[in-house]
Formats: sequence, structure tokens, C-alpha cells
Amino acid sequence: MQNLHLITSLLQTNKDFMNILAIETSCDEASASVVQNGRKILSNVISSQIHIHAKYGGVVPELASRHHLENINFVVAEALAKARLRINDIDTLAVTQGPGLVGSLLAGIMAAKTLSLIYRLPLLPINHIEGHIYANFLEHRIKPPFLALVISGGHTELVIQRDHTHYKILGRTRDDAVGEAYDKVAKLLDLGYPGGPVIDKLAKKGDPQYIKFPRPYLTGSYDFSFSGLKTSVVNYVSKHPASSVQHLADVVASFQQAVIEVLVNKTIQTALKLKMKKIVLAGGVAANSALRGLFTDKIRKTGITLYYPSPVLCTDNAAMIGCAAYYRLKNKKLEYNQKMLTFKAAPNLQL
Amino acid sequence: MSISKLNKIVITKSAAETQRFGRKLARQLKPGDLVCLSGGLGAGKTCLVQGIARGLQVKDYVNSPTFKIINEYAGKIPVYHFDLYRLEGLTDLRELGYEEYFYGQGLSLVEWAEKIIPFLPKQYLRIELRRVDEHTRKIILTDWRRKK
Ligand SMILES: Nc1ncnc2c1ncn2[C@@H]1O[C@H](COP(=O)(O)OP(=O)(O)OP(=O)(O)O)[C@@H](O)[C@H]1O
Ligand SMILES: Nc1ncnc2c1ncn2[C@@H]1O[C@H](COP(=O)(O)OP(=O)(O)OP(=O)(O)O)[C@@H](O)[C@H]1O
Ligand SMILES: [Mg+2]
Ligand SMILES: [Mg+2]
Repeated sequence: MQNLHLITSLLQTNKDFMNILAIETSCDEASASVVQNGRKILSNVISSQIHIHAKYGGVVPELASRHHLENINFVVAEALAKARLRINDIDTLAVTQGPGLVGSLLAGIMAAKTLSLIYRLPLLPINHIEGHIYANFLEHRIKPPFLALVISGGHTELVIQRDHTHYKILGRTRDDAVGEAYDKVAKLLDLGYPGGPVIDKLAKKGDPQYIKFPRPYLTGSYDFSFSGLKTSVVNYVSKHPASSVQHLADVVASFQQAVIEVLVNKTIQTALKLKMKKIVLAGGVAANSALRGLFTDKIRKTGITLYYPSPVLCTDNAAMIGCAAYYRLKNKKLEYNQKMLTFKAAPNLQL
Repeated sequence: MSISKLNKIVITKSAAETQRFGRKLARQLKPGDLVCLSGGLGAGKTCLVQGIARGLQVKDYVNSPTFKIINEYAGKIPVYHFDLYRLEGLTDLRELGYEEYFYGQGLSLVEWAEKIIPFLPKQYLRIELRRVDEHTRKIILTDWRRKK
């Protein structure tokens, strides 16, 4: 009997790692992931629903969440299986609380709360945008403070992260988000959904100087604006309908060039002005190859270090949520209690 | 609501002018009103909503709700800004809780409302924005009543 105690306590002291099971369903994807000690991705399962949504040219919220409800148990089971763990090996649960579509968020939160209740596992609600930033911590050793450029389907923000809990939003879009502009231009040109990856690929064949679209700098402000650029593409196309694949490639390359010049120049200028030594890119648009290229180019000789996640970690995934949860906790062990289950979905959550 | 006297056609020559028109229009809109905005990509739906919101003393940035589908603002009265662009067909909107908004105590402003016509209340103000050229927009207001 005493031996048994000794063994279990030995096992416990040996177990100086923390396994977090994270669930993310803020929008298109249902995703579950097991992250060990905040950095090691044991699994990161993303049930891409893009094949369903593609024919609608956008996300259908009701469809998305119904699908999430059916998917989520499967995705969680798959994440545990891929990690070669059982639920008993999990120390903490994490779930996206917002921002996002209410129906989609609810599906993930319901699943996480159920697991928490049944297995008496502590549960942490995480901000989706914080998750996007923490995707960087999965792959790089970074210490705040840094300047983060959050560029996704719903957000375009310049953020200062001082430490693991303090954020300051310097500027944001006044109208359309960057990813939104990509998606709308792609739709306008009948290129499909989501627009970002398609334009990224097609633009490689085009001439980025073909059309001089406006560069919306909003000088003197940290804000962004992309609706004017979107409308310039509408104006151009109404006068010059795409006549060939080459022409189409030139149009999207020129659009993209305008976007990335503004993002890159504005972010680097802000970092220099505020004496930030690190720039961190986050969100789906951070996967853009031309953007990464231009940033890498322009950052030279500035003394600033640039970080960005691998493409799969830029778009929505649960590993980034698990990582954010880990840094929230650091080495604190969290104990389960029922109060942890009282939080609600927050579609408009801010950093 | 007495929106029938709003029936008219306005031509604007810039985004600023459209916003100015929105600010003026705001004076005539009341809690419980529904405004449906139609017009293609870049027609100026969001731009007009920005003006209306400003007219209702909304201090926040009014940005495009395309991704979030709904943004709520606190002005002189509550303002609910929808964008149903990413919605297709007659999807069940209940999940959004749209009825609480449409029949609630705030002003609902809906971009791409044509996607949910069967779900719209009997009466609303319909605003169509037409792109005439780069800087010119034709704004057509109609008091819309569905015969039941
Ligand atoms: N390679 C790419 N180049 C440009 N844009 C891209 C690329 N890959 C993805 N995107 C864009 O990123 C967006 C999706 O990113 P993400 O998953 O972070 O957004 P979201 O979760 O829908 O929105 P948010 O995070 O603001 O709630 C889409 O608009 C998509 O077009
Ligand atoms: N007279 C005008 N009135 C309004 N907008 C104008 C006018 N002239 C030019 N514009 C430009 O047209 C664009 C309108 O964009 P906005 O995002 O408001 O359109 P939208 O109808 O909401 O598009 P979406 O379908 O993407 O939601 C802005 O860039 C604005 O500067
Ligand atoms: Mg996201
Ligand atoms: Mg709009």
C-alpha cells in the first residue's frame, strides 16, 4: 500500500510537464490540439470546412456551428489520439471565448465545458486574437515587449504587447480588415474563397507595378483603411474587365503590392518610432509570402528582429490557443472548480 | 415610424458627402427602425452607416461588420450594424438572435439584407446605393411595406 503511494507520487514528481488540450471554433474551422509545456505541439487537428463553404463564397454561420457540433467530438478524439494521450493525461483545458461568430464560439465552449465538468479539469477561456499572437511562441523564443501586427479576416491591428498580460492597441482598421479585402477582391474576380491563398499564389505570376493602386497610409495615425483600395479595384475592373489570366494576375499582384507596402512600411516606422526591437506578425494574412518577403527585405539594417509563424499556425488553429493558455498559467497548477464554467461566449471580445 | 416622407433620390459626389447625408438621415430614424442597405461591393453601404452612426453620436469606429456579421454600438440610441454578405440563402438566422435586434429598442442597419427578405419585418426603409462612377453614388430611399 505504502509502495503504491510512493510510486504514484514519484510519477507525479516526474511529470513536470503540462499538457493542455485546447479547442478553437471561432469561425470556419473546428480545431483541437494538445500542447505540451506551451511549445511542443503533440497534435493540432483542424477540420477544415472550406470545401463546404467554398460554394457559398463565404462562411454560413448556422452551417458552420451545426457542423462544429457534429465535428467537435471527433476533432477532440483525434487530437488526443494523435498525441498518443488519454484525457487523464491532460492537465488543463483551454477554449476560445471570442471574438468570433456567436454560434461557432458556443459550439467549442459547450464541448470544453462538458469535458471540464466530466473529467474535473480546469478550463481557461482564451482571447482568439491573443491566440494568433501566441502562435509565434510555439516556434520562436520571444520575450515581450514587442510590436505585433495582427492581420486576419476580421482584424487589422497594431498592438504593443508589454508582457504576458498587457496589451495596448495602437491602431486598427477604420473600415475593412486586410483579410476581408483579400476575400472581397477575390470574390469580385471570381477567384473563390478564401481569397488570401488564391491571390497569394496568382500574384506570383503577375506584375506588382502594373496598376498603381492607392496606398492608404493615414499618415499621422496608427490606423489602417482598406475599403478605398477595395473600391479602387472595383473601379479598375469595371473599366478594364479581366481579359486574360495574365491580366488577372497583374491586377491581383498590384492590389497585393499596395496592401503589403502599407502594412510593412507602417509597421516598421511605428517600431522605429517607439523603439521596439521586435516585430511579430499574427493572423491568417501573416501567411502571405509576398508580405513576409517584403518585411524581411525592409527590416534589414533596422536592428529589428522579425517573427512570424509557419503558415498553418497563422490561420485559425487550436495549438495557438493552448500556447496562450500555457503562458497565462506559466507554472501555476490550476485546480478545477465549478466557477470556471460560468464564462460566456464573447463575440466582441477585445484584447 | 414615418419613413414614407423619406422617399427620395440623392446624388453624392464623395464619401464625405454620403456620410453627411447619413448624419442628416439619422435625425429621422427612431428606436425600432430597420434600414436595409443594398448595392454592390464598394457602393458605400458601410460609408453611409458610418454617417448615420455619427449622427447618433456613436463615438466608436464603425468598421465593416463583414466578418463578425453584427457590430453593436452605443449612441444616443443603440445601433446594430449587420452585414449579411457572408450569409447565403435562407439560412436559419435565429442563432444570431436577429429577432431581438430587429424588433428591439435600437436602430438596425443591415447591409446585404436582400439575402434574408422572407425574414424581414413588414416595414423598413430600403436604401439602394448605385455606383455611378468613381466618386458618384446614387442613393435611392424607399419606404418598403410588405403586403401580407
Ligand atoms: N497566404 C495568404 N495571403 C493573404 N491572406 C491570407 C493568406 N492565407 C489566409 N489569408 C487570409 O486570412 C484570413 C483568415 O485568417 P484568420 O483565420 O486568422 O481569420 P479569422 O479567424 O477568420 O478572423 P479573426 O481572426 O479576425 O477572427 C482570410 O481572410 C484569408 O483570406
Ligand atoms: N459618393 C460616394 N459615397 C460613398 N462612398 C464613396 C463615394 N465616392 C467614393 N466612395 C468610396 O467608395 C467606398 C465605399 O466603400 P464601403 O466599404 O462603404 O462600401 P460597401 O458598400 O460597404 O462595400 P461592401 O460590399 O464591401 O460592404 C469607399 O472607399 C469610399 O471612399
Ligand atoms: Mg482568426
Ligand atoms: Mg460594407
